[in-house]
Amino acid sequence: MAEAFVFYGLAALILGFAVLVISTRNTVHSVLYLVVNFLLVAMLYVMLGAEFLAAIQVLVYAGGIVVLYLFVVMLVNLKRPPETHQDPRRQTRLGLALAGAVLAELVAIIVYSSTGESVPAAAPAEAGMVEGNVEQIGMLLYTNYLIPFEVASVLLLVAMIGAIVLAKREL
Amino acid sequence: MVDTIVIPLLKIAILLNAVLVAVSYLVLLERKVIAFVQSRLGPMRVGPHGVLQPIADAVKLMTKEDITPARADRWVFTAAPIMVMVPALIVFAVIPFGPEVELFGRSVPLYITDINIGLLYIVSVASLGVYGIILGGWASNSKYPLLSSLRASAQLISYEVAVTMTLVSLVLMAGTLSMVGIVESQRDAGLWFVFAQPVAFAIFFIGGLAETNRAPFDMPEAEQELTGGFHTEYSGMRFALFFLAEYANMIVISSVATTLFLGGWLRPFPGVEGLAFLDLIPAWIWFVLKTFVFLYVFLWIRATLPRYRYDQLMRLGWKVLIPIAIGNVIVTGVAKVLL
Amino acid sequence: MLEITTTHYLVLSAALFMIGVIGVMVRRNIIIIFMSIELMLNAVNVNLVAFSQQWQHVVGQVFAVFVIAVAAAEAAVGLGIILAFYRNKETVNIDEMNVMRW
Repeated sequence: MAEAFVFYGLAALILGFAVLVISTRNTVHSVLYLVVNFLLVAMLYVMLGAEFLAAIQVLVYAGGIVVLYLFVVMLVNLKRPPETHQDPRRQTRLGLALAGAVLAELVAIIVYSSTGESVPAAAPAEAGMVEGNVEQIGMLLYTNYLIPFEVASVLLLVAMIGAIVLAKREL
Repeated sequence: MVDTIVIPLLKIAILLNAVLVAVSYLVLLERKVIAFVQSRLGPMRVGPHGVLQPIADAVKLMTKEDITPARADRWVFTAAPIMVMVPALIVFAVIPFGPEVELFGRSVPLYITDINIGLLYIVSVASLGVYGIILGGWASNSKYPLLSSLRASAQLISYEVAVTMTLVSLVLMAGTLSMVGIVESQRDAGLWFVFAQPVAFAIFFIGGLAETNRAPFDMPEAEQELTGGFHTEYSGMRFALFFLAEYANMIVISSVATTLFLGGWLRPFPGVEGLAFLDLIPAWIWFVLKTFVFLYVFLWIRATLPRYRYDQLMRLGWKVLIPIAIGNVIVTGVAKVLL
Repeated sequence: MLEITTTHYLVLSAALFMIGVIGVMVRRNIIIIFMSIELMLNAVNVNLVAFSQQWQHVVGQVFAVFVIAVAAAEAAVGLGIILAFYRNKETVNIDEMNVMRW
């Protein structure tokens, strides 16, 4: 009961702020709504029992990536807003209608397929080795997913160097 | 019912009030300490030796005219001080002031909650404080506040990397992210982590100075270059929120440093049996004492050291502290595997 | 209705994803488009975590961690490109980003 209230409240807020993100004219306000949206999604993760991911979401998304967006928005100090000269051939309404149709289709598929009896694809809980959310994630990251983990770290290094090369005026 | 709702609410109320009172008296303490360093008296008029000065300050700030600049972004301008203050306060939810104690026949833990991602929670909540600073400067629609807010946020983000790296080596030592667990692992090890991780402690302290925008890293508030900093356009209670948030952040950094490196509520040398008589002093008093020592060092440094130049500050953060912190993590990991 | 199942989370995630898609299609400001992509990545993460809870196995959360790492890399490089582009053409409108070199 309480869970349902929290879920529907959070879901309404998440979708509302997501709509605000893409509909606001002022880019800085848009970034702010994005932060709120990420914090709400972090709450959703807590509801789903993923505390570690919630903390990572706040730390990396809200505390890191979005600050980067805010910096860029302030550095790109616009003299003329980009939406002033619209492409007349752009069919916004048609796009919205199509997106709505696809969403309805997706929801229909999800609801239809979830009414049937579903079988776990893999044996569910084998991670009984350690207790706690953080420990379980750490265990998997450093055993089964060690290579993806290393690849991700190399990716981050490459991205870091790439960002410096791109953004620096002269090297 | 009592254990799940009443007691936590009471603890939250008491803690919030204690922190806010501590913050306002920290302002007075700073003025007194700096006056002492400079052979002055400091505030003396309100009450004996000026002890009622914080109340006079509060009355003054609340009755001042609250100005919003004409071209400012009204909503963001109002929200920014709140966005600085709230993260500084909610960090206290996971800081343990003492172990469980017996009060009126109930065992009450002297912390609001103990979550298994406590340290991550602190780091992630603290990283949200930067928004208030950036947006406060931006919403003022004024040149100097914008410049100083960009400086402040760049400084915060740079030093956050080094501080988080030191926390990694600390977690390697403790083997847990829970704040209570970290204190207990120091008790079991019989020594404060400051002796096991002196390098991490030094980097954490320097990074803490930089993250709270205190001297010698008070670049965002450099009066000579930037008039007043990101809150130049603020007045009245909204300015007071920025001002108090800075001091609240000092208390946060001090109490986190106490918990992580100075053994939290433990007495000095918890492994030495001969000093057991020190346990007669309640645990939370040890905690408050250690936090106070940190706060005093903060003020002492402000009164002593000159300000860094901005490029030197950035060089120190990126080219000195972060490499040392990463090296420290590697050394700790290797030592942990070998021993 | 009052029992929250994985399906509820999937529907929420689908709606969030679609809002992201609409943002990419409708807006011309490239920074907003980037933010819409972040919304879509978040929708994917909600999916992964919901499945992870359904099967009581943290592998979904591990993948969400990877998604966040990739999102961080994407944001850094993408914003670098935006800055470099803005220095040359003084615009963030993607309709004007129509040449490969100049």
